[in-house]
Amino acid sequence: MDENNTTMIEETTKNKSTEKDKDKTTILPFFGFPRLFPYMKKYRGKIIFMIILGGVVSFIDTLYPMFSRYALNNFVAEKDLSKLQIFIITYVALLVIQSIMSFVTIYFCSQVELFMNKDLRSAAFNHLQELSFSYFNQNNVGYIHARVMSDSGKIGALTSWHIMDMVWNGTYLIGMLILMLVINWKLALYVLILVPIAIVIITFFQKKLIGINRKIREINSMITSDFNEGITGAKSIKTLAVEEKMEDDFEKDTMKMKRTAVHSMHYSALFTSLVTMMSSIALSLVLWRGGIITMHGVMEIGTLSVFLTYAINMMEPIQNLIGTLSEIIAVQVNVERLVNLLETESDVSDTPEVIEKYGDTFNPKKENWEDLYGDVKFSDVTFRYPDGDEDVLEHFNLDVPKGTSVAIVGETGAGKSTLVNLICRFFTPTSGQILIDGRDARERSQGWLHNNIGYVLQTPHLFSGTVRENLRYGKPDATDEEIMEAIKMVAAEGVIEKMPDGLNSDVGEGGDMLSTGEKQLLSFARALLSDPRILILDEATASIDTVTEKAIQNAIKVITKDRTSFVIAHRLSTIVDSDVILVVSDGKIIERGNHSELMEKQGHYYDLFTRQYVESV
Amino acid sequence: MKDKNKKFPTRTSMVLYFLKGAKGYFMLSILFAFIVALLDMINPKIIQYTVDHFIGETKGNLPAILRNVFPALAEKDYVREHLYLVALAVVIIAAVGAVSRYLSKYYNAKGAETLIKRTRDKLFTHIDHLPFEWHSENRTGDIIQRCTSDVEMVKQFLSVQLTSLVRVVILVVLAIYFMMGINIRITLIAAAFFPVVVAYSFVFHSKIGKAFLKADTEEGKLSAIAQENLTGVRVVRAFGREKYERERFEKQNTNYTRLWTRLMKLLAVFWATGDVITGTQVLTVMVLCTVSAVNGDISVGQFIAFISYNSMLVWPIRMVGRIIAELSKAGVSIDRISYIMNSEEEKDVQDTIDTSMDQDIEFSHVSFSYKNLESDSSVSDDDDTPGVLHDVSFRIKAHSTLGILGSTGSGKSTLMYLLDRLYSLPEENGKITIGGVSIQNIKLETLRKNIGLVLQEPYLFSRTLSENIGIAKDEADMTAIRDAARIAALDESVMEFSKGYDTYVGERGVTLSGGQKQRAAIAQMLVTEPPIMVFDDSLSAVDTETDARIRTALNRMDSESTVILIAHRITTLMHADHIIVLDKGRIVEEGTHDELLEKNGMYKKIYDIQTQGKED
Repeated sequence: MDENNTTMIEETTKNKSTEKDKDKTTILPFFGFPRLFPYMKKYRGKIIFMIILGGVVSFIDTLYPMFSRYALNNFVAEKDLSKLQIFIITYVALLVIQSIMSFVTIYFCSQVELFMNKDLRSAAFNHLQELSFSYFNQNNVGYIHARVMSDSGKIGALTSWHIMDMVWNGTYLIGMLILMLVINWKLALYVLILVPIAIVIITFFQKKLIGINRKIREINSMITSDFNEGITGAKSIKTLAVEEKMEDDFEKDTMKMKRTAVHSMHYSALFTSLVTMMSSIALSLVLWRGGIITMHGVMEIGTLSVFLTYAINMMEPIQNLIGTLSEIIAVQVNVERLVNLLETESDVSDTPEVIEKYGDTFNPKKENWEDLYGDVKFSDVTFRYPDGDEDVLEHFNLDVPKGTSVAIVGETGAGKSTLVNLICRFFTPTSGQILIDGRDARERSQGWLHNNIGYVLQTPHLFSGTVRENLRYGKPDATDEEIMEAIKMVAAEGVIEKMPDGLNSDVGEGGDMLSTGEKQLLSFARALLSDPRILILDEATASIDTVTEKAIQNAIKVITKDRTSFVIAHRLSTIVDSDVILVVSDGKIIERGNHSELMEKQGHYYDLFTRQYVESV
Repeated sequence: MKDKNKKFPTRTSMVLYFLKGAKGYFMLSILFAFIVALLDMINPKIIQYTVDHFIGETKGNLPAILRNVFPALAEKDYVREHLYLVALAVVIIAAVGAVSRYLSKYYNAKGAETLIKRTRDKLFTHIDHLPFEWHSENRTGDIIQRCTSDVEMVKQFLSVQLTSLVRVVILVVLAIYFMMGINIRITLIAAAFFPVVVAYSFVFHSKIGKAFLKADTEEGKLSAIAQENLTGVRVVRAFGREKYERERFEKQNTNYTRLWTRLMKLLAVFWATGDVITGTQVLTVMVLCTVSAVNGDISVGQFIAFISYNSMLVWPIRMVGRIIAELSKAGVSIDRISYIMNSEEEKDVQDTIDTSMDQDIEFSHVSFSYKNLESDSSVSDDDDTPGVLHDVSFRIKAHSTLGILGSTGSGKSTLMYLLDRLYSLPEENGKITIGGVSIQNIKLETLRKNIGLVLQEPYLFSRTLSENIGIAKDEADMTAIRDAARIAALDESVMEFSKGYDTYVGERGVTLSGGQKQRAAIAQMLVTEPPIMVFDDSLSAVDTETDARIRTALNRMDSESTVILIAHRITTLMHADHIIVLDKGRIVEEGTHDELLEKNGMYKKIYDIQTQGKED
């Protein structure tokens, strides 16, 4: 089964439920367009052009019934075909011109949509590369992913098709109304009476349907996650023998879906039936009142036929206009979310002076980067997470000279990652300083620091691509020899041998062709390859069996030799040789010292350690 | 449920199976659609009749029935003086039309929803009963897609595409019939355009269909890059590869946009050309009608009626080509669904034997490799992927505790999967018996209900914690749930949640840590008090302290269960009555803890590694 896909689905559904919570309709001033102006500016010319052309195209549409009017009033009534040629030529010319303009409009409109979409996606993605970790801690991946991938698309459509739909239908409706008023304003009034009634009815149903359709989407995502559960959880369902229970629950959800969907269709069928009914009423009014005046010779038959056509066609643009308007309203929430993301500022950022010298994230000035020696010092550091309500570090001091190994132990959830987050500058201390080689970390760029740090995560993360691409992640120019050397050091030759094409083998999305243990070994090799001055291992050895773990421990000993290292581990055997051991509990450091010092102290560490080993004697 | 093992040799047989109960609705829907189309045909006739009255032409445009029933209608002046009657007729026909339209759509929705509900239910039940091998061979995302978008596609095909095709055919036949009544020659010329329009749009849509698929794939890639970047944000930052990531995204973003731009250009050309073709058709009809009207072949009313019949057909005809082109997609979806429905479910043997599970368990000469399964399981993400067993034999005394130690890939999980029949053991590959009865002869449900297997990576369902813990027991009460949670060292953590046992977990709820999940799974198993308990490395994500607490609590529980403990940690296993050391699918050592230490073999080696700190 594939783990990564599952988490993806998990995250999408999670995100849907978050979206649901925030799904209240807010309308931004001017439908949010002012906030999008900076992005639309580039396409201003195209947008104006498409609006004008689209208006003309739509107006020409209203003119076509006038041709049959002319034919009836002039050719048929007068029994004279002498102008037929000009009639045909005019019609064809108009048709060709309209089609060309229509092509240009659609083409421009789609370009605006796609380019806006692309620009916004890139802007969001790039911005995310620089946002600090507090943002990632507060928003789940699914939520952020939806901002990048789906909001951008919806906004792209807002700035193109939605505008265009308003223009097309607006011009069509107004064009017909004007033509009717010009031809015979009294008769036109009969049709006009129906317009406000139609607007009220259509708006009512539109609102009703939006509500029901939202519910349908919710149930739909419920059904998807039911399927996900039935498949991802197959092993558990089988071992617990709870198939029937799952099926019963599933059928409850599909029943709910059936009922809601039929309910929705009931409204939408009622809606279309009523709207076509309205068209027929308009038609009957024109036929009746128009018929009378035609009989009296006030109006020609051709003109009556134009009126009949307009009366029937009136409802469609009204319906479309209201539909588009409700879509525009629905996009408001996406505009707000994406713009908010783009306007979020990073908590951790380099000062202009630092950027001046060392370059920014995307344009590093590597020529100015000093070598990192490896001294790390916490000086009077106090820290509280941006979304936390308590200091997790208070006036903390720790000197870690080059080559020192620091171990952090404690129970699950005790806050072992805090120090690592600070060293990596994923977060900034609330007060105090972290000194790298004697200088405040903030005096150099994040890029410089990260270039010198190797990091193995608790949950190993590989990117889709080949083994080679993944291992080179931290050192793009690594040769195959270097790669193989790193692989040997972490005893991962077995992993490579097992794969069909060696280093060229595809690891699958998120590395899902490999087991967790294998992914760990590879991410370890990846960290080694980048030859970091500071090495961070975050519970990296937690799910590897004892024998393999031993091999890795040996490798760790070799590679941490001249490096400053921070190791977060479950099993104390991993870290007994560490220079400094920090014991964390409830987010705070409660003990520090080396193994024998801590054992002598007979405190928390002693408890942990004896519980793990003394039992075995 | 007899239909469970049904195979579907053809697409039609499966579609018909799913259509059960929905067919009647669809037929009603089509019937009403027919009435709607028929009524739509009347308006132009009324207009024709009315208009002709103004001019004084009344030649034979009133059907004989109406003329006989309402002779007055044939009189020129009567209609002229009672024009509101015409208007009334239009409204009445519209009202009947509206009701029929509503019913047609309503029954169509009923049919569609009945169909999709049945399809989903059958798929879910079927998937639930497919063997575990099937689940490990197939990718979750792919299966979910088959169950969601492919099902949706089939529904669209039957309830939208097929019905609108039927509706268009009805409309075209009726309209052409009425047009023929006015003028055969012009009708034929007008209709000559239709095959051209259909063919043009069919060819275009079949061609562009592939481009759309390609665009979808590209979008998937782009989405995956963003997803990976976001989930791997720590790796990206720690290695300082933001610039590389940006370039990767930008490149794919540009690719994707370029593909779409090209596609949209094609679409724009298609639309514009379509406009020209249909515009020409409308013009041709209009000119021909004009000439005929001038020549006196048709009346003015007929002119107007003919043009409105023609305009009724223009859009539906343009749609037909597209519908036909997209029909092939439904075929693909049906095949993707039948792949699932045609996979074989887990089965019990004909005559199952009832036996007490409270007896000795014996593995005799069990060999197993994943080649025994139909295809290779390289995609499998199991802990022990290539687990192979060679001639493994051992016996577990009822009520005793067995410990199994082995490294990753030693086959220890596979042993337990065989015991629980997640994988079935071919007959020639040895035998697993409980109380002398081969597990193949025990009813699957009985077997699994009696073996409490706690997985290393358990799955919590989208329910509350108490529902999760009590899931395997009918009507588990709160006391039993809390007792089980207490033994599993979970109770304390649960009480820290603001909603306690009512905390919603799983996909849509609170995410629990690996250790909490494992403890919840242990509690889940304990609630059912099964006679056989298996802990498949189920304490691996729990810290040593909690591990010890759970084991102490388990020991205190004066349970009569037979226990199998699988672990990496010696401390977890050392108190077992008997310990087996597994390496590369073979039993290399066995005995009690003390015996194994004396043997100075693999067990001792692992023990030393794990306790090395102590010796310093």
